[in-house]
Amino acid sequence: MLSSAQTPRLLRSPTTTTTTLKCLHSSPVPASATAPPPPSQILTTRKSLLSRQTSAVDLAKSFLDRLRRTEPHLNSFLHVSPEEVILKQAEELDNKIKNNEAVGPLAGVLVGVKDNICTYDMPSTAGSRLLENYRPPFDATAVRKMRESGAIVVGKTNLDEFGMGSTTEGSGYQVTANPWDLSRVPGGSSGGSAAAVSSRQCMVALGSDTGGSVRQPASFCGVVGLKPTYGRISRYGLVAYASSLDVIGCFGSSVADAGILLHTISGHDKFDATSSKREVPDYQSQFVAMDYLESKPLKGVRVGVIRETLENGVDSEVISSVRDAVSHLEDLGCSVTEVSLPSFSLGLPAYYILASSESSSNLSRYDGVRYGKQVLGDELNSLYGDSRAQGFGSEVKMRILMGTYALSAGYYDAYYKRAQQVRTIIRNSFKEALDKNDILISPAAPSVAYKIGEKKNDPLAMYAGDIMTVNVNLAGLPALVLPCGFVGGGSAGLPVGFQMIGAAFDEEKLLKIGHIFEQTLQGCSFIPPIIADEWTS
Amino acid sequence: MRSTEGQTATQEKQQTQLKASPKKESAKFEEVLKNYEAVIGIETHVQLSTHTKAFCSCPYNYGAQPNTSICPICMGLPGALPVLNSKVIEYGVKVGLALNCKLSLSSKFDRKQYFYPDLPKGYQISQFDIPIASGGYLDVDLPLEFGGGHRKFGITRVHMEEDAGKLLHTGNGSFSQVDLNRAGVPLLEIVSEPDMRTGIEAAEYAAELQRLVRYLGVSNGNMQEGSLRCDVNISIRPIGQLEFGTKVEIKNLNSFSSVSRAIDFEISRQVLLHSQGQANQIVQETRLWEEGAQKTVTMRKKEGLSDYRYFPEPDLPGVTLSEEYINGIRDSLPELPEMKRRRYEKLGLSMQDVLFLANDINVAAFFDATIGTGADVKLAANWIMGDIAAYMKNEKLSINDIKLTPKELGELIASIKGGTISGKIGKEILFELLAKGGTVEGLIKEKDLVQIVDPAEIEKIVDKVLAANPKQLEQYRGGKTKLQGFFAGQIMKETKGKANPGLLNKILVEKLNAKS
Repeated sequence: MLSSAQTPRLLRSPTTTTTTLKCLHSSPVPASATAPPPPSQILTTRKSLLSRQTSAVDLAKSFLDRLRRTEPHLNSFLHVSPEEVILKQAEELDNKIKNNEAVGPLAGVLVGVKDNICTYDMPSTAGSRLLENYRPPFDATAVRKMRESGAIVVGKTNLDEFGMGSTTEGSGYQVTANPWDLSRVPGGSSGGSAAAVSSRQCMVALGSDTGGSVRQPASFCGVVGLKPTYGRISRYGLVAYASSLDVIGCFGSSVADAGILLHTISGHDKFDATSSKREVPDYQSQFVAMDYLESKPLKGVRVGVIRETLENGVDSEVISSVRDAVSHLEDLGCSVTEVSLPSFSLGLPAYYILASSESSSNLSRYDGVRYGKQVLGDELNSLYGDSRAQGFGSEVKMRILMGTYALSAGYYDAYYKRAQQVRTIIRNSFKEALDKNDILISPAAPSVAYKIGEKKNDPLAMYAGDIMTVNVNLAGLPALVLPCGFVGGGSAGLPVGFQMIGAAFDEEKLLKIGHIFEQTLQGCSFIPPIIADEWTS
Repeated sequence: MRSTEGQTATQEKQQTQLKASPKKESAKFEEVLKNYEAVIGIETHVQLSTHTKAFCSCPYNYGAQPNTSICPICMGLPGALPVLNSKVIEYGVKVGLALNCKLSLSSKFDRKQYFYPDLPKGYQISQFDIPIASGGYLDVDLPLEFGGGHRKFGITRVHMEEDAGKLLHTGNGSFSQVDLNRAGVPLLEIVSEPDMRTGIEAAEYAAELQRLVRYLGVSNGNMQEGSLRCDVNISIRPIGQLEFGTKVEIKNLNSFSSVSRAIDFEISRQVLLHSQGQANQIVQETRLWEEGAQKTVTMRKKEGLSDYRYFPEPDLPGVTLSEEYINGIRDSLPELPEMKRRRYEKLGLSMQDVLFLANDINVAAFFDATIGTGADVKLAANWIMGDIAAYMKNEKLSINDIKLTPKELGELIASIKGGTISGKIGKEILFELLAKGGTVEGLIKEKDLVQIVDPAEIEKIVDKVLAANPKQLEQYRGGKTKLQGFFAGQIMKETKGKANPGLLNKILVEKLNAKS
């Protein structure tokens, strides 16, 4: 059992109303200790638009202003939609509201879209020079659904090329800075989306998560990151990295925003044979207002803390932040036990073999023949070779080579097949642990955001940083990363996130627990310094 | 689906026989050939005639303008995903069952990876280690002109995959263009056991496969359009030797006769090399059949095995078949060519008739419908194979295009048999019916063609004709009995051919010989 000797932190618990708590352990309190819980920007927007308190145009303008001011420091976006295009969409919404026409659940919500997700009206490069200026003729299903719900796409966010990396340093175009400390990475590969949501350049954003690409940057940037169950959201229009692991994920500044976004884009899609036909539950009903919470609102929830994730190789400050978060859950009524997943450490090598194998195949289509970079040659092989040599970055080339090797005759059994066997073992061990627990808990990453350049020339060190997240992709499970504290670093401390892993298609439970957690976590405001003086939620 | 191509397989092979194989100049070599046997297996790609492609909703029309039937999915654009057209599985199961295969209740798709400009994704979605069907056989009746006989050729496997696009090469060869209309069209690859020994057997195997897929309605089986493509693997060995010789693959076979002729050529080529101590010159390679030169030439030598790095297609769920689903399809299968031939045989038809009628599913259906009216089996076969087939050939029509219905053919046969009309009149009516349609009864009435079978009426006409030709009558009675034909002709003229010939002759002879 974990220590439960911490002071209870339940906000409305009668026994704790007088206790002031900080979620910070070794660095200064970043914001007022009485900071209110994060509101849902989506719900706030809806309310203020429908009540005519504000207009979609004004809202869009204020976000664009902030984007213009912060973007030179952050480089979160590879492409920003022209202001007139955004304002025209906002104006149309305003007119609808004026005429009392129905508007969708994301009306006026400004979203960022990771650049490996196709948009018909903007370039979609997947962070690769090979796809410079490539414009798809269609919207990804998730994007289409967001737009149909009234969302306005602000632009396309930066990423490691094709999603292969953990820092955005692997982008073919630019490195995104962490809003909490501009000298640090925002994480990756969805670093652009995480930084954009963190710095309120947009309200919510889409990312993609193949081995942790939503969750690790969420942790690094102090935002909520949701990786849904494999098959929950259509992958149609998501530029494939590793098809059996890829999922589109959601970023928000609150659990409610991530959940509402998830609800909008989930569901079966006839264009993705791996998308689930399971009904999409009403995630929003899980977001109970604080006033209605009982003193132990999570009573009966069984929480398993994964022992292997709080051992050597994980920063001690991260460990203590996560342990505090666990204590907090315990205070909310959860029963906590420690569980062991002996196969946990096998996840990393299995992941890198499978992901590289699939990527070597998925990236075969970039041959310079039909679209993308084409380097003409005297004969076919030089056209292929030169187009790919000049189009792909080094990390991508390395993974293609590794994957090609792993699938080659004579090596297939030793690598690909064996990795699949490991995957089955991992899936089963999660299944077993989740039969006994409602959720499992681990850090989202072994460390907080590190310095730009720090691991750039050490791919193995960077790969090791994915240890907390890759197993979840191998098992196809949903996971929610929530900011839960800070550790020292930068001017205001660096955010730490913890990861809650649920059973397949049990996003509801993760969202419910996450929502209660964030509503009752006192003393933490995850507004980064770059916008701290202007942003009031 | 078009029911007939210009020629049947049998007709094609009749030409085959006439053409001498290139090395047949000496009788001595003929003797050498007898000491060898060929081992032949065929890989057939059958393009399925589904409304849409295998993994997207694009239609496929042969001969359409390049790149007019493409979409993000079959172009392999980033982010596009394949979704299986369930008809592909249905057709795969149909063919698997028709080939007497064992079906895999649980199979999957795999990616076969190689780079080529006509392959948009850089991999072909195919099936590798678990094909949808395997371990079957195909029954074939060889045509009589090649000695006839029944063969059973093993089927190794049937698997589903997608077609690639086409490269269009420019005249000066400075660049090529890619047409992706065909990319993603569903195919079944059918692999035979190496059970064939001659070009004729191989051609007849291919022809039977064509019949089968047409009977099943899963493909138009058109070789010229590439809807049915055969790649032949062939090796030779001295008779008695157990090990196989070195295998050579032949591509570019666009007709059954080219299958047969290419194999005959290749057998001669390999036997010549082997018999002259140059067996090492037979290398594992892919050769192209050159129709113009009537020979095979090296296309590419195989340097070791190519590594396609197959792995399971992660974008598609596994293919699971229930017994119920399979049984449903089995119950819906039509009568297949082999079953039809055996049934026709039992009806008492000659093998020649059987092969002709069962060759084309629509002809067979017409025949079956005709005898379904109670028509005499042999007569129905004769009409269809004779005048009707000739008419179709002249007019370049298929049996579905002619105006004659099986019901009326049955009626026609019955009218002749029952004596309502003569055979000669029957033929006239037939051509009316073929070209314009209508009913036998209506035409007989309209043209007043009912046969005169009343002896009194015939007698009257005979009397009239004899009276009108006293000179000839005198000559006849004077011993020139050949003139009987003259009188018969005159009577037929008088009756517009309607007199019953038997009665006419009986009465005529009586009257001619009567001493009056």
